[in-house]
Amino acid sequence: MTDQTPPAEGRGPDTGRLIRYRDDEPVDHGAVTVDAFLDQSNASAVRVEPGDDARELIPHLERLALVEVNFPAFGDGRGYSSARILREAGYAGELRAVGDVLVDQLAYMRRCGFDAFDPDEHLDEHDVEAAFARWPEVYQPAADARTPIWAKRHG
Amino acid sequence: MYKYDSYDQAMVDARVEEFRDQARRRLEGKLTEDQFKPLRLMNGLYLQLHAYMLRVAVPYGTLDSRQMHALADIADKYDRGYGHFTTRQNIQYNWIKLEDAADILADLSKVEMHAIQTSGNCIRNISSDHFAGAAADEVVDPRPYAELLRQWSSFHPEFSYLPRKFKIAVIASEQDRAAMRLHDIGINIVQRNGELGAAFYVGGGMGRTPMIAPCINAFVPLDQFVTYAEACLRVYNRYGRRDNKYKARIKILVRELGAEEYTRQVEEEFALLLDQAIEPPLAELERIKGFFADPDFDRDAGDDIDRSDPDFALWVDRNTVAHKQAGYVSAVISLKPVGGIPGDATAGQMRLMADLAKRHSFDELRVMHTQNIVLPHVRKADLHTLWSALDDAGLGSPNLDTVEDIIACPGLDYCSLANARSIPVAQKISERFAKTGKTGTLGQLKLKISGCINACGHHHAGHIGILGVDRKGVENYQLSLGGSEAEDVSLAKITGPGFSEDGIVDAVETVTGVYERERTDGERFLDTYRRIGMAPFKEALYD
Repeated sequence: MTDQTPPAEGRGPDTGRLIRYRDDEPVDHGAVTVDAFLDQSNASAVRVEPGDDARELIPHLERLALVEVNFPAFGDGRGYSSARILREAGYAGELRAVGDVLVDQLAYMRRCGFDAFDPDEHLDEHDVEAAFARWPEVYQPAADARTPIWAKRHG
Repeated sequence: MYKYDSYDQAMVDARVEEFRDQARRRLEGKLTEDQFKPLRLMNGLYLQLHAYMLRVAVPYGTLDSRQMHALADIADKYDRGYGHFTTRQNIQYNWIKLEDAADILADLSKVEMHAIQTSGNCIRNISSDHFAGAAADEVVDPRPYAELLRQWSSFHPEFSYLPRKFKIAVIASEQDRAAMRLHDIGINIVQRNGELGAAFYVGGGMGRTPMIAPCINAFVPLDQFVTYAEACLRVYNRYGRRDNKYKARIKILVRELGAEEYTRQVEEEFALLLDQAIEPPLAELERIKGFFADPDFDRDAGDDIDRSDPDFALWVDRNTVAHKQAGYVSAVISLKPVGGIPGDATAGQMRLMADLAKRHSFDELRVMHTQNIVLPHVRKADLHTLWSALDDAGLGSPNLDTVEDIIACPGLDYCSLANARSIPVAQKISERFAKTGKTGTLGQLKLKISGCINACGHHHAGHIGILGVDRKGVENYQLSLGGSEAEDVSLAKITGPGFSEDGIVDAVETVTGVYERERTDGERFLDTYRRIGMAPFKEALYD
């Protein structure tokens, strides 16, 4: 159940717009669809579309180095749940938001576990910095390491 | 009432700066209108027919006098000297300039207020019982639970791009004064074997497909209830429909899956989320509860009221409500003067209400979902002084829960979604009944008007509901009967073909005539309708 026919391959290698918060080397091959990934055993990069069930990947997290979560339209928020579900299940590889990824969604994406962003359109560097610096605190735990306000109040 | 600490203040201040930056980038052309729209909506800013409308959150409808004064100042400084209180206990301003919006948000933040998530496809302002903390029948004050949910839902990273808007109401009594089961999630704090827990009702709503929320879990322990809400939202975020805006609310998901299957999925998600340690500790709930302790009631306050002034006595009978503390009542300030615009208040009226709250109600006011204002804790001995001041300012209408106490959306006078005007219909109906003198004899009669199928005026839940539609370019009004938003919740049924603007006023009079003829002792309009059914009303309307 996807909104649109996914491309045979995701992006994988750097498009030149990649914003990445990891020290390891990026995966150098394209990501395959979830269906293709579940059918074949050698891919280490997969692309999750909004209608895919990210939980299907959980038995195979060990061999994944890159999960791309596609946002065909920024208003479709299913990818936030996909990301958090994978992090909650212990996925530690790269989690990359791709597609209609805009500056005003970056902070929430980061909180849901994304550590790389490959937007369709180039993002202004200063706007990106400002977006990540925006929130002095957070009200709720998510997939990042930030301490929620309630924990600080009762620390 | 709740007071911000430095954390809460920092979050609201950050939001103001974020919005200022977004508005700047929009003006510089870095954001398209399509990209800007959901961002401004999440700050309560709509583009209406004539101007921008700004909706300010009043969390669970509770305000102090300082905040009400700030709302009055905003009305004077940035609008045309008035504001409109809404069915979700908020206030909106209808004549706002985009370039002023960030400054207004900054003014609000100075009094611990904001417009966060008052629109957009996110979790909206949490609503609650307007008599919370005063009602004799409540198990506990529901507002601390609402505040806990306010914090949890504010800037929630996973649930800010939901399929559609998401409304939560929290109550804690058998009587439902918040239309709890007509929300996306309705929570009733209940007691079982001496323990408090949260009953979850999910998938209610009005709009084009009205639904009454089924109970999906009758008792979620209090140290898990935020996690349970998170599970409800995650299932919705993942599986709610996104292909059709009109089928995107959670009620459609619950209906299509069936309540049982939706519940199964929520329970499965809940079991997984319990391992994630996302629940605030009970100590946080206790901290918040500290802000909602009873005010320092006068334990010797008497119950005597001098009823020698008949106008005052009538107002006391109609507009005051029993209080848990002897010697006190909750006093309702009607924003429904005959011929007026339901829910509107001038800046002057707001200031007066603020000052009276400070003097007579422990500095507290509530916004009701019926678009009136409550002073929750008033000594009976102070009522005459209070009423005199209200009456002098045009705020003394004795019409709570009567046919004059109409809920109406802004309609085609303001709203870009509307098909028909609501306000003039409300004005004509209240004028008609005031003129015939029937308002009192008809007793409790909840009349609700929406100017389009989105049902902001709650017409599905009206004892009498009116829906404005566009029929070949002419405004036409459908009449429906038998709805209720209360604990006896039901959805109104359409009587038949619609009426013209004047015809609908006559039609309302006709159905009240049937009620007067058929009622037995003590029956409300709604009771009579439920007993005799639609047929006699139809006959009177169409034969």
